[in-house]
Amino acid sequence: MRKSKLLMIIGPLFLLGLFVMPMWNITLEAPQYPEPLGMDIWINKIADHNPNDLKNINLMNHYVGMKEIPEHIGEFDIFPVVVVVMMALGLLIAFIGNYRWYLGWFILVALLGSVGMYDFYIWEYDYGHNLDPKAAIKFLDEDGNPMAYQPPLIGSKTILNFTAHSYPMMGAYMLFIGMLLSLAAFIVGLKEENQNQATL
Amino acid sequence: MKNYKTIAMIVVATSILLIIANCNQNATTTGSGALTGSAAQKVFVPPGEHDEFYAFMSGGFSGQLAVHGLPSGRLFKVVPVFSVDAEKAYGFNEETKPMLETSYGFIPWDDSHHPDLSQTNGVIDGRWCFINANNTPRIARISLKTFETEEIIELPNSAGNHSSAFVTENTEYVVAGTRFSVPVPQRDMSIDEYKGNFKGAVSFIKIHPETGRMSLEFQILMPGFNYDLAHPGRGKSHGWMFFSTYNTEEAATLLEVNASQNDKDFIAAINWKKAEEFIKAGKYKNMPTLYAHNVYDESTHSATSTMIKEVKTLDPSELPGLVYFMPTPKSPHGCDVDPSGEYIVGSGKLAAALTVHSFSKMTAAIEAKDFDSQAYGIPILSFDATLAGTVKQPGLGPLHTEFDGKGNAYTTFFISSEVVKWKLGTWEVLDRKPTYYSVGHLMIPGGNSQKPFGKYVVALNKITKDRYIPTGPEVCQSAQLYDISGDKMELLLDFPTLGEPHYAAGCPASLIEPNQTKIYKLEDNNHPYVTKSEKDAKVVRNGKDVHVYMTMIRSHFAPDNIEGIKTGDRVYFHVTNLEQDYDVPHGISMIGANTSELLIMPGQTETFVWEPKRVGVWPFYCTDFCSALHQEMQGYVRVSPPNSNIALSWTLDGEAL
Repeated sequence: MRKSKLLMIIGPLFLLGLFVMPMWNITLEAPQYPEPLGMDIWINKIADHNPNDLKNINLMNHYVGMKEIPEHIGEFDIFPVVVVVMMALGLLIAFIGNYRWYLGWFILVALLGSVGMYDFYIWEYDYGHNLDPKAAIKFLDEDGNPMAYQPPLIGSKTILNFTAHSYPMMGAYMLFIGMLLSLAAFIVGLKEENQNQATL
Repeated sequence: MKNYKTIAMIVVATSILLIIANCNQNATTTGSGALTGSAAQKVFVPPGEHDEFYAFMSGGFSGQLAVHGLPSGRLFKVVPVFSVDAEKAYGFNEETKPMLETSYGFIPWDDSHHPDLSQTNGVIDGRWCFINANNTPRIARISLKTFETEEIIELPNSAGNHSSAFVTENTEYVVAGTRFSVPVPQRDMSIDEYKGNFKGAVSFIKIHPETGRMSLEFQILMPGFNYDLAHPGRGKSHGWMFFSTYNTEEAATLLEVNASQNDKDFIAAINWKKAEEFIKAGKYKNMPTLYAHNVYDESTHSATSTMIKEVKTLDPSELPGLVYFMPTPKSPHGCDVDPSGEYIVGSGKLAAALTVHSFSKMTAAIEAKDFDSQAYGIPILSFDATLAGTVKQPGLGPLHTEFDGKGNAYTTFFISSEVVKWKLGTWEVLDRKPTYYSVGHLMIPGGNSQKPFGKYVVALNKITKDRYIPTGPEVCQSAQLYDISGDKMELLLDFPTLGEPHYAAGCPASLIEPNQTKIYKLEDNNHPYVTKSEKDAKVVRNGKDVHVYMTMIRSHFAPDNIEGIKTGDRVYFHVTNLEQDYDVPHGISMIGANTSELLIMPGQTETFVWEPKRVGVWPFYCTDFCSALHQEMQGYVRVSPPNSNIALSWTLDGEAL
C-alpha cells in the first residue's frame, strides 16, 4: 500500500478520539478555590471536570446574572454527526480518491473546525454579555460599560476574582493530529506522484 | 581625610563585634528550654501548611472531644459527643436527639475521659476514635472521615465508666471497666453490705470490622473493687486486657482513708480469648437489664435509639483461667503496656517506686500455679513471680506511662509535677522535666499501639494557675508539648485545652487527611424529609403539625415566604442544604424558637421545631456567613390566630414553588 494512502486511512480514525475524550476545557481559579472549578466540553456534552463543578460555576455566575450553563445544546446533536460523516468521508477518500482529495478533506475539516470555534465564541460571548438585568452584582468596566464575563476563546484572562483558562484538551489534539496526518498524506502523495513521473 | 578613615574603621570594628556578640548569644541560648528560638521554630506551622499530627483530646467535663494539631497545639474542632452543642445543633435538632438517649432518658451532658483510636495489626489505622462517658456509662464511636459521633452504646451494670475506652490491637473490642462497684443487678440494699455483694462489671464491646458498629458482647462480673484504668495486651500479650484496681479493701465510705490501707492492690489480667471460649461453650448467664444503643446513619442524616434488655455475663469465680490478679503496690492508677506487650507498668499513685510486671513471667507463674492466695475464687499471683523490675525513687505520685518505641518510657508524676523518662529493662531514670502544673495523663502519638511515633509527648495538666492571662476564678485547662526526639526532653509549647483534658490519642495526619468527607452527596441523602430541589419545596399541614420542606443554596431559602401558620401549631423545618461544594455550610434560626440554630453541611438535611406563640410576621435567617449575599439570605413566616382561614402558601420571589 502506498504510504500516502496509509496515512489517509489513519488520519480520519483519530477523529474517534473526540468520542472518548473532552475537546476543550475552561478552568476557573480563585483564592477561595484551592481546587479550581472546571468544565469539560465534549463533542456531545458539557461536563464537570471534578464532580459538581458545573453546579458551582453556575452558583458563582448567577451573582452577576449569567445564565446557567446547559449540559446539552443543539450543537451537541449536530457535532457527532458531522464528525462521523467526516470520518467516513475521509476513509472513503483514502480508498477511492487520489491524493488531491486528501487536501480537500483537510481543508473541509479545517473549515468545519473554524465554524465550530466560531460557534463556541458566539456561545461564550452570549454567556459573558447577555446578563440578567436583575443580577445582584453589576460591575462596570474601565470605560463605564457593563462588565462582560466572557472567558477567552483560547488562553487565560482575569475576570473579577477568577482567572479563567481556556485550552484544548486531548479530544481536540486528536482532531489536530488526524488533520495533520491527512495533510501529510497529501504531501507524501504529491512526492509519490513526482517520483512516478520522474521514473516514467 | 584621615578622620574619615578612623571613623570608618571604628564603624567596621563595632559591626564585627556586634555580629560576634550576636552569634555568641545564639550559641548560648540554643537548647536551654522554652525560651529558645529553636523551640518556636519547632512548633511553628507556617500559614497554609498543615500540622504533622492530629491530637484527639478528651473534653473532660465538657463531655466532648477536642481535635488539636501538633506541633502547633491549635484547636480545630470540638466534636460534640456526650453533651449538647447548640452551635452544631447536636442534641437540639430532631436528627441527633436520639444520640443522647439512655435507659434513664435524655441526658444533655457527660464527662468524657479517655479517647483511643482504632488499630489494625497493632498499628493505628485512622478510622475511628472511641471515648468514654464516665458519669452515665457509655462508649461513643467517632468517625474520622466526618469527625462526627456515629454511635453511642450505654453500659449496664457499670458506674463511673472510668477504665475505658481501650481498643484491642485489631479493634476486636473496645473494653470498658467500672470505677464504682454497684449491686448487680441494681436493688434496694444497705450500703453497709457492700463488701462481697457489690460487683464491678467489665464490658467487652465488639466492633464490626467494616462498619465499626458496636455491640455489647459480654460482661465479666468482677469482685467489688474500683477498676481504674486499663490497657490491652499487644504482640505476645494480645488476647489479654490489664486493669488497675484500687479499693480492694471494698470500702464504701471515706475512701481516701479506707481504700488506702492495703499495701498492695491488684492489676487484673483478663484473658479475653478465654472469655470468648467460655461464651462459645455457653458458660454465660443471660441477665435481664436495660441499655440504650444509639446509631447515627450517614445516609438518613438521622440517629435512632434502641433499648436492649439483656446482656451475657461471665462469673470469673466459676471460670478458671479467665482472670488473675497481680499484686501491685498502693492503689495503682495508670496501667500501661509497652509496645512489645511484655511490660505492664502499674503506677501505684501512693507508692515510692514504679512497679513493672512481665507478661512472660506472668504466664510462667500461671503455668507453675505460683499463687499467693485467691480473692473470690480468682488466683492472686505471687508478687515476685510477675515482677520485671521497679523504677526506684522516680518521683512522687506516678500516674501514667507512655512509650516512644525506642525502648524508653515516660511517666507522669502528679505530686512532683513532672514527666520522667526512664529505660525499659534497666529501669534507670534518664531525664526529668517539670510540668506546669500537676500533670495527669500524657500522650505520645500512637502511644497505645505497637508503633508509637516518638517525636513528641503531650503532658495534660490539671492546673494552670498563672501560666496564661487570667480569666477570673475559672482559668483554662492546659497541655504542654515536649520534643522527645533527643536524649533529653525539651519543653516546646503551652496551649490551652477544652474542659479538663484527661487522656488523648494521636496519630500522623497522613492517616486521616486523605479519607476526609468533604460534602455529603445530595443524591445519597435518604432523609425522610429531604428536599432535593427547589421545585420540590413545600409546606404540608397535618392537624396542628406543619412540615416545611425547605432548601438552602447561595443565597436564599426556598420557600422564603410562608403564610397560613397559626399559633398553637408545631412547625417542623426540615431544611436541606443543596450545596455540593466543600466548606459551604448554611445555618438557619427562627426568632423565638426554643431551640438552637441548625448548622447544615452541603447535602445534609436537619430539622428544628418551632411552636409559634404570638401572632405576627416572624423572620428567619442564615446563621453561617455563606457568601457576599449572606445578609440577604432570610425569610418570613406569617403567624395568624388559630381561627383564621388564611390558606397555607409558600413562595420564593413571589411565585409558588
